[in-house]
Amino acid sequence: MAALRRPLSRLAVFLTHGIGITISVIMVISILLLGFVVSNFAPFDPRRWNTAPKDQPPSTDKFIFGTTSIGQDVFWLLTYSIRNSIILGVVGSVVGLAIGGVLGLVAGYKGGMTEKIILTLGDTFIVLPGLPMLILLSTMVKKQLNMFLLGFIIAALTWGMPVRNVRSMVLSLREREFTHTAVFSGFNTLNIIASEYTPHILPWVAASFISRINMAIGMEVTLAIFGLSSLAEGTLGTMIYWALQYNAMLRGLWWWIFAPVGMVVFIVLGFYMLSGGVAEYLNPRTRLYRIATEETKEIESVDRSIE
Amino acid sequence: MRVIREYVIPRIITYVAVIFIGITVSFVLPRLTPLDPVILAINRFSEYGQYYDPESLELMIESMKELYGLKGSLLEQYVNFLRRAITGDFGPSLAYFPIPATDLVSRALPWTISLLSLSTIVSWLVGNFIGGVAGYFGGRRWAKALSVFATVVYPTPYYIMALLLMAVLTYVIPIFPTYGATSLDPAFTLEFIADYLYHATLPSLSLVVVGYGWWFLSMRNIVSHTKQEEYVEYGQIMGLPKRTILLKYVIRNSLLPQITGLSVALGGIFSGSMITEAVFSYPGLGYVLLTSVTNGDFNLMMAIVTYSIIAVSSATVLLDLLYPLIDPRIRYK
Repeated sequence: MAALRRPLSRLAVFLTHGIGITISVIMVISILLLGFVVSNFAPFDPRRWNTAPKDQPPSTDKFIFGTTSIGQDVFWLLTYSIRNSIILGVVGSVVGLAIGGVLGLVAGYKGGMTEKIILTLGDTFIVLPGLPMLILLSTMVKKQLNMFLLGFIIAALTWGMPVRNVRSMVLSLREREFTHTAVFSGFNTLNIIASEYTPHILPWVAASFISRINMAIGMEVTLAIFGLSSLAEGTLGTMIYWALQYNAMLRGLWWWIFAPVGMVVFIVLGFYMLSGGVAEYLNPRTRLYRIATEETKEIESVDRSIE
Repeated sequence: MRVIREYVIPRIITYVAVIFIGITVSFVLPRLTPLDPVILAINRFSEYGQYYDPESLELMIESMKELYGLKGSLLEQYVNFLRRAITGDFGPSLAYFPIPATDLVSRALPWTISLLSLSTIVSWLVGNFIGGVAGYFGGRRWAKALSVFATVVYPTPYYIMALLLMAVLTYVIPIFPTYGATSLDPAFTLEFIADYLYHATLPSLSLVVVGYGWWFLSMRNIVSHTKQEEYVEYGQIMGLPKRTILLKYVIRNSLLPQITGLSVALGGIFSGSMITEAVFSYPGLGYVLLTSVTNGDFNLMMAIVTYSIIAVSSATVLLDLLYPLIDPRIRYK
């Protein structure tokens, strides 16, 4: 119990760091619960058609979010779609960040011609309009498309930005005083990266990991308008696609279209606020400030106990 | 002259490299996938109930390979592709046979460019100005309310924003048309311009709102740092009016990184406008892309991808080349 107290109290400090963080953590936890816990309790496969009566409006007793014109329960389909969209987002985010991060590291450390080539390639992918290429690629692999493949495609088109960010971080860190100190004290490169650089890079990694999940989810939703997401799967994008195909908005079946659209807004907002909060919380500067205020608080409490 | 050597020439080299790499990537990527566009097209015909005897099928495959530029070795194809990209010849569109794909693209391009520049300029100006003011008066309640609004709209995908606006402004309160760009023939009359703006409002609104969120948030951040600079403090000590400090000292200097930001964001904004056009059936590139996807029109798709690459990188390099005119530090280095 005592061993747990320290991380727990740190967690408590993080959660109460700002109202934005508290709200966003609650939002993200409820999203993850819906997607990865609640979705397992679906009484039937929510993707299958005609498992529920058609066009039922939301009601408190049976269909909380109503049903679709193809006989799906909107609530269970939604939980299932959240899971798929989050998986896709995480794959797209991690892979893109890994490719760009490694290339940025190499560019920063090697310099010279290698750096020039990597940077030009990376810049090309920043400038290139992603959507037409994404659509071209998804058309080609439409038959085999699944969440992982889609994640990889999104990563392949969006690795440009991290190259620049990581490279400039490497360049600035490598010239810092503490790097020289560490080198002279006999640390090897891996050790320096693990123990000295991680605290400086971590805020950026955490924040961009979360915000890139958002980007990937947004791209999948966008692909769906072109009918190019994997339509047999349940994702937030395909839910919107089918709702539009059946003119849900015109026919007054607002719950069908509103559920996935509202959920996309809820997810991107939650992740966006969390990414901003994490970046601010982990930033060494605000951290120093926080440590200072915590110490004064401790001193104050010690003073009080002496009195 | 040093500006030209150290600033202009490297950017033009990068520009050429970006176009070259972009076109190469769009040549290589489709060929990495196991699917053959010719077989796809033939399957589509047979789905419509067409029947071919083996001989004419063979002939058809041959001529389609010619049309798609899939003849010969990979290197021959590549050289061929580059030549076609430079001369703007992408073969006929399949969906609108025999209209050349390039014609369809050049017909759509003016609509996209006008919609895009209109909404980008508006969102950049409005977002930066309001963001700058809100950053300067950070603690006020209205500044916080504006920040919350920007935080909600910025991460929303363009597609979702377009859908929401469409639901609210064409179904709930029907004041805007749901599709199309004009109901009149293009002419330089007041009527046509009014009609154009009326149709363009809704598509550009979704671009403006999302763009506004981003420019607002980034400008607010930059300004909150700028206002702590020493020259701002001197201005205050000198007793300059708040307006002068805000406009001429803080906002003016904070705008510079926002111009660089615009050239980085252009690709994303371009993709956003394609989505909006597809949602509102606005006859620009995005709508043409949608039809090319639903019809499996490979030539048209390649034409759109290539032209998008050229258009976006040209706009980026133009913006970069204008930068020394705005930032004296680069001019006098």
